[in-house]
Amino acid sequence: MQLAMFSYFGSAILISALFVLYFRNPIYSAMSLLAMFMHIAGLYVILEAEFLAGVQLLVYAGAILVLYLFVVMLLNVESRGRFIQRQTPIVVGVGILAVVEISLLILRTRFYPELPPIPHPGVETLGNTETIGMVLYTQYLFPFEIASLVLLIALVGAIVLAKGKLKFR
Amino acid sequence: MVPLSWYVALSSLLFLIGLVGVLIRRNIVIVLLCIEIMLNAVNINFVAFSKYQHVIDAQIFVFFVITVAAAEVAIGLGIIIALFRLKETINIDEFNILKL
Repeated sequence: MQLAMFSYFGSAILISALFVLYFRNPIYSAMSLLAMFMHIAGLYVILEAEFLAGVQLLVYAGAILVLYLFVVMLLNVESRGRFIQRQTPIVVGVGILAVVEISLLILRTRFYPELPPIPHPGVETLGNTETIGMVLYTQYLFPFEIASLVLLIALVGAIVLAKGKLKFR
Repeated sequence: MVPLSWYVALSSLLFLIGLVGVLIRRNIVIVLLCIEIMLNAVNINFVAFSKYQHVIDAQIFVFFVITVAAAEVAIGLGIIIALFRLKETINIDEFNILKL
């Protein structure tokens, strides 16, 4: 059962990611990316990370993708010209190197079929969301605050960049 | 039970698709979309290892990756709008004014 779910979600993720590359129109690519985000949320559900599945749907599919669609429709450029860009030999070499390296990594590594369960006392009794909340607000409190600062800087930076000519002074 | 290696293989294939997309596409919006694909590949890896090793910390890191991705999208799209205002195109090959 879990194998069937994994095969469905995995193949859907890979196919929709390929469609992101394939489509010439950026709106079709963004819609294909939406399908990929939803299937990744499904993969999170079968990995027992329900909170992250919800966050994935809300933040990625709800916020980030809508931002992309707004910008694509704001720019309103017709997609024309060559599909593949002209490449320098260095880029082709780096690309082939990455492909060979990752396929070697997949083929040659001997994984354990299943890792032995490590007992983690005290957190297994709670649900996924409760556990994440407890760890996030105790052990990872400082990175959490830094993340809020990152979001604030991104907010100011996006406004400054998109507004154009600002009059300082 | 699905073996962990399958998740690692799926995530590396997804990362590879994103990397190839960044290299071969010349529409700057699609390049940014491919960066999102790569971030999601890393997230799948994190969540799979979190399930199989029974540690919750990896899911916290996924949370931070999603935060950084949101910030990156806001800044990146702002840069794209500024570039489009400057050059009237979103083709990467046109942005070569730093070239010698």
